[in-house]
Amino acid sequence: MQYLANVLFLILLVVGFGFFARNVKKLIRNIKQGRDINRSDRSSDRWKNMAMVALGQSKMVKRPVAGILHIFVYVGFVVINIEMLEIVIDGLFGTHRVLSFLGGFYNVLIGIFEILAALVIVGVVGFWIRRNVIRLKRFNQKEMEGWPKKDANTIIYIETVLMCFFLLMNAADYYLQSIGYGHYTQVGSFPVSSYIAGLFNGMQPEVVAIVERVCWWGHIIGVMLFMNYLYYSKHLHIFLAFPNTYFENLNPQGQFDNLASVTKEVKLMMDPNADPFAAPAEDAGEPGKFGAQDVMDLNWVQLLNAYSCTECGRCTSSCPANQTGKLLSPRKIMMSTRDRLEDVSAIMDANNGEFVADGKTLLNDYITPEELWACNTCNACVEECPIGISPLSIIMDMRQYLVMEQSAAPIELNNMMANIENNGAPWQYNQMDRLNWKDEN
Amino acid sequence: MSENLVVPTMAEMMARGEQPEVLFWVGCSGSFDDRAKKITKAFVKILNKCKVSFAVLGTEESCTGDPAKRAGNEFLFQMQAMMNIEVMNAYEVKKIVTACPHCFNTIKNEYPELGGKYEVVHHTQFLKSLLDDGRLTIEGGQYKGKRITFHDPCYLGRANQVYEAPRELIEKLDAALVEMKRSKANGLCCGAGGAQMFKEPEKGNKDVNVERTEDALETQPEIIAAGCPFCNTMLTDGVKFKEREQDVKVMDIAELIASAEDL
Repeated sequence: MQYLANVLFLILLVVGFGFFARNVKKLIRNIKQGRDINRSDRSSDRWKNMAMVALGQSKMVKRPVAGILHIFVYVGFVVINIEMLEIVIDGLFGTHRVLSFLGGFYNVLIGIFEILAALVIVGVVGFWIRRNVIRLKRFNQKEMEGWPKKDANTIIYIETVLMCFFLLMNAADYYLQSIGYGHYTQVGSFPVSSYIAGLFNGMQPEVVAIVERVCWWGHIIGVMLFMNYLYYSKHLHIFLAFPNTYFENLNPQGQFDNLASVTKEVKLMMDPNADPFAAPAEDAGEPGKFGAQDVMDLNWVQLLNAYSCTECGRCTSSCPANQTGKLLSPRKIMMSTRDRLEDVSAIMDANNGEFVADGKTLLNDYITPEELWACNTCNACVEECPIGISPLSIIMDMRQYLVMEQSAAPIELNNMMANIENNGAPWQYNQMDRLNWKDEN
Repeated sequence: MSENLVVPTMAEMMARGEQPEVLFWVGCSGSFDDRAKKITKAFVKILNKCKVSFAVLGTEESCTGDPAKRAGNEFLFQMQAMMNIEVMNAYEVKKIVTACPHCFNTIKNEYPELGGKYEVVHHTQFLKSLLDDGRLTIEGGQYKGKRITFHDPCYLGRANQVYEAPRELIEKLDAALVEMKRSKANGLCCGAGGAQMFKEPEKGNKDVNVERTEDALETQPEIIAAGCPFCNTMLTDGVKFKEREQDVKVMDIAELIASAEDL
């Protein structure tokens, strides 16, 4: 019976991590539905980018208020998780504060954890106020209605509760240490929770010990639940921001990929020796689709982008089309891509891992041409994203599908393209008149 | 030819057995748009004055394919690109200058993979280098002390990180350079990019060029400086929409320099 707590703890860990691993596997499978793209080049630049942008939060602080609040939560999350090591050992072996043999260093660690926990609370309260009291525009736009808004607040609440458990646990521990109760020997330093410990004055030590245990269990159960909530929320960025910045497009933002399949065709077209009646080779296979109609036509980096997006909306708030009331919102492009990928994932789950067409596609059913045609390709969204997501690349791939597979460009653009084809300029001017300006007044 | 512009073509130069220092890529806008032609001429005047050996492709030039590519027509883009590359490679072009950031970006970034590898500079960078080499001198003259704000073209600024060359040129005019609240990497598009120049905007509550013109007017400028013929058009329309064309001018950097020098 005395091992009951340890066994329960083990079961909690196994179930928690097991479920998490299952979802990580699914996540990887889903990202792999994308087309291949080579991002294995320039590895030192990539590490540097990750260190600066993800680890160093360099783009977060461009908006200083959100940036600083975010650093509180980010550093708190990373550092306080060191405490998880102790919690796991204590839980499995029935010890109490097993790392306290570190002595002075332990005191420093616990002290830092406490201060960070308090800063995390400051951060998330700040976030909550920005979302729910100040009601910043970007947190309350159309695509945020319903689940996304609830999701964001849920994360804030969970983080607050976790930090409260952590501090209350320490406060109870500190109180019990100070009265010399049971196995609560004097270890650690409690710069924050020592102020909370006054709450327990006059309480039965047994009750305080129960509070300590409840908070300890509450904290670890909360951590396990939160970890497993990630896959269903916008919060995956806490892991995916790292690969996302590593695999970011490092070329100049103005450089759009040249479609290799098109290069092949155009070269053939311009080759005077090409046989116009040649039949395709036997093993040529189905010709590929130009551009993207569905998530499987996007590349895996774009799908990783979709899972990494935290829906902060900096992209949308800087988008010229969105600011002037157009339907386009770069954030919504990412959210729709993920929604579609999740729907595809569910179909695959229900069909032994095989995708079965459901009569829907990313284009039209999730993202409309009206959104796509409103884009200025100005790269403001790409510049803004704190973790290197490119909504623009998805917009461009879908425009390519609209134009090259469906000939569905707006009529004015068809005229423009016809002009380029006929006379080498987007307007109807004769190419032979190109130098007339020289002699005009 | 009242203005005595000297504009040799690559074909003429080749016939004379000469190779120019730089190819001036005029672009469709610079060739055909009445407003942009003035920018082209202003730039040529400066090139003539500084005795820069340059040539244009003239009737052998064709659209870079940029608007087709941004509209999603990769086929048309690559056909244009390969035709232009064949022409330029035949003339053994090494260096290109252009006054259009869209041509600049496309030739600089998207042509190399298709076989067109050149050194490509924007005209503001080229003018800056003429200045640094002592081939061009600028005196403020009529622009001394005037409030000038510079609108960063997306395909020059964010897309290619060219922020300083145009600003340094404005400062050389002894003008008071005033920055908009959104500038450089945070600059707002004029509304023309991504082939929007050639179509009506989608339904919304405002036009992008009006939004951007308001940014510019907030700085209380006498002149809004641009470095792109399309931005120029959009901002000029914006200023007209705001009924401020009497007191605020939209000018290209090349025009500022040419007129400061009374060219």
